[in-house]
Order: sequence, then C-alpha cells, then structure tokens
Amino acid sequence: MGGMNHFKDAGHLYRFAALFVIAFLAFLAIRGYVVPPSFGKYGHYRAAAIAEVASRPVQYAGHEACEACHSDVLDMKNAGKHAHVNCEACHGAQSQHAADPGTVTPAKLDTAALCVRCHAASAARAKTFPQVNVEKHSSGVSCETCHKPHSPAIDAGGAK
Amino acid sequence: MTLSRRHFLILLPAAAVAWKSVLAGSPESAPNYQMSDHWWGMLIDIPKCIGCGNCVRACKAENDVPDGFFRTWVERYHVTDENMVNPEVISPDGGKEGFPAAKEDAGKYFFVPKLCNHCADSPCTQVCPVGATFVTPDGVVLADQKYCLGCAYCVQACPYGCRYIHPEKKVVDKCTLCYHRITKGLTTACAESCPTGARQLIDLKNPKDPIHEFLKTHSVQVLKPQMATGAKVYYNDLDGSVR
Repeated sequence: MGGMNHFKDAGHLYRFAALFVIAFLAFLAIRGYVVPPSFGKYGHYRAAAIAEVASRPVQYAGHEACEACHSDVLDMKNAGKHAHVNCEACHGAQSQHAADPGTVTPAKLDTAALCVRCHAASAARAKTFPQVNVEKHSSGVSCETCHKPHSPAIDAGGAK
Repeated sequence: MTLSRRHFLILLPAAAVAWKSVLAGSPESAPNYQMSDHWWGMLIDIPKCIGCGNCVRACKAENDVPDGFFRTWVERYHVTDENMVNPEVISPDGGKEGFPAAKEDAGKYFFVPKLCNHCADSPCTQVCPVGATFVTPDGVVLADQKYCLGCAYCVQACPYGCRYIHPEKKVVDKCTLCYHRITKGLTTACAESCPTGARQLIDLKNPKDPIHEFLKTHSVQVLKPQMATGAKVYYNDLDGSVR
C-alpha cells in the first residue's frame, strides 16, 4: 500500500515525465526519418553526395584510350612538335567514339578555324610560342596544304 | 522473450534509423579508389597559357555548363608601365572563343586561367546553412545539389567568384575538379584538352607527383593568400597585379 501512496503523491510528475519521453521519442523518430542516412559520415554533409557527383559520365576519354587503337598516328605525333598535345585538345570529347568506334565517327576538323586558335599572332602570347600573321602567312591557302597537323614541320612528310 | 508495448515503442525509432541506413547502403565508389590516399589540387603554369580557350570549351562539354556561366574561365591581363595597380583585364565570354589579337605596345600581357581553388579552409563551406557544400576527404570542394536550397550564401562567400546559381536547377553549381574523372584515374577535362600543359592536375598526397619538385624550384603562389583559404590551385610565375 506504501507504493500506491507513493504513486498517488508523485503521479503528476510521472505523467509529465512520460510526456517528455514521448516527445523525445517522437523527435528521434522524425529526425531519423528526415536526416539522410549518410549525413555526418565524413562531416556536416551528406556523404552519398560524393558518389553522386562521381557517377557523372565521362566525355573526354583521355589520351590512353586513343593510344589503344591509334598507334600509327601516335608515332607520327610523338616525332613532331605536337607530341605533348593530347588528341582531344583538337578532336574534342571522344568518349562515345572510344566506347563504340564502329558507329560513332569523330567529325572532320576544319584546320582553317582550328590552327589559328593557338597559332594566330598575338602580343599576349609568349615570344617563344610559334605564331603567324594569318593574312600574310598563307594568303588564304589552308594550313594542311603545307603542315600536317599531327607533325606540323614542313619537312616532316606523312599523310596526316 | 516477450516484447512489451513500452519496449516496442522505445525500439521503433532506433529500428527506423537502422533500416534507413540499410536501404542507403554504402556510397558507390570506383574500384581501388581510396579517398584517404589523395589530396587534389591544380598547377597553372602562367607562361605556358596561350589563351586558346580549349579549357573553357572542354569544361562546358564535360560538365554541361549553361551558356553565360563558367566553372573555369580565362582572363587576359594588360599591365602598363603607368598602371601597375589597375591593369586592364578582359575575358570575352570567359575566353571560350579565345581573345582578340593583342597589338605590340607598352606594357605586358598574360593570361590567367581561373577555376575553383578547392580551398582546404573554404569560406563557401563555412557559410552553408544546410551542409550542402563541403570539402571531401580527398580535398575537393563539392556541392550537393539535392540538398542545396539555392540561398546563394556560398556564391557571395567565395572570394574568387567561382560559384553560380544554375539558371534551370536553381541550386548552386561549381567546378568539381572533374571529380567523376579523377576518381577513375583520368585528369580533368581542362587539363586533358590544354595543348601546352599550362594546367596540370596535382595530387599533393602522392609522393611521386612531380609537383613536389616543381614547388621547390619555382616561384609559385595562390590567389588571395591573405585570406588564408588554403587554396590549392597553384600559379607558377603569377604577376603581382593579379587579384
């Protein structure tokens, strides 16, 4: 009977404590539902976002992908002044071609527009970088008449 | 064992949390890629840059960057003898189609490619109210576009102007240092397409990376060092007039 009396005296406290516990559990439940599971794994952010950013498809296949098939062009390029220029610097993003070389063919490049991007004379470019005054240099003759893009020195020969 | 209603109610939220993490699984990553083995940055060799705009175009193609916005861009400085403090700076369409020819005259010209500096102590990550932008364990500043509210605090906080609100998604967008490429062993799209090697991806945690020898033997700076952002885009031979 002593216990009953005890409860009778402290009942309002227990009821209040029970409300408090229920509110706390509700907070935990809601928090568990709305906070993403990976939040806080590495810091104050959603760790799963890292993998989401990393899952983006690649557009530029990378030089190694080109080397796998185009060793003939690569040999020519390595012998000339464009040895350090990656294929996709001129040919653009080619991951689709690398994945399916049979159906996806890279577009033919227009040397008239392409070469001058780097080699048109400008005082802003380093003096040591090869530059030409476009009008005076060729008077409209296209670049590849004399310079083969993969190995651009005039005496380099070759068909590409 | 019998489970009382009281115990069941106590266990319910814990079970819900546990089930959520089971559903989420562990983050997918490329095979053999360990975030703890890398600390990424970039080296920009100013004297090598010819302002062709290849990097800007490559970035747009690789990352589907909307017109008029840039994750990377190129500026051309013209510093004259009389005006060292306020040099003329141009960047037509971010340098995407190159630059008009510069005439030989007084002063000097040079190009400064810019991108997110992937700061180790980044102001942008500190101001985000919801934890939608952060530095990864391998040192890349990323934005969580699913979590971002689009409040643009980070756009204002970035001292380098490297962030923008995507015009269609209405959330923040920025350079990821081609995180989807570097985690697969490729270099960034801008470095891949740079014809002169003016941009190089660097891994400061890799003892074999040539960057360590380069930093010992060259005059290398970061942008706005006084802001102590821990910027990891290193500029070789950077002129003092660049802000």
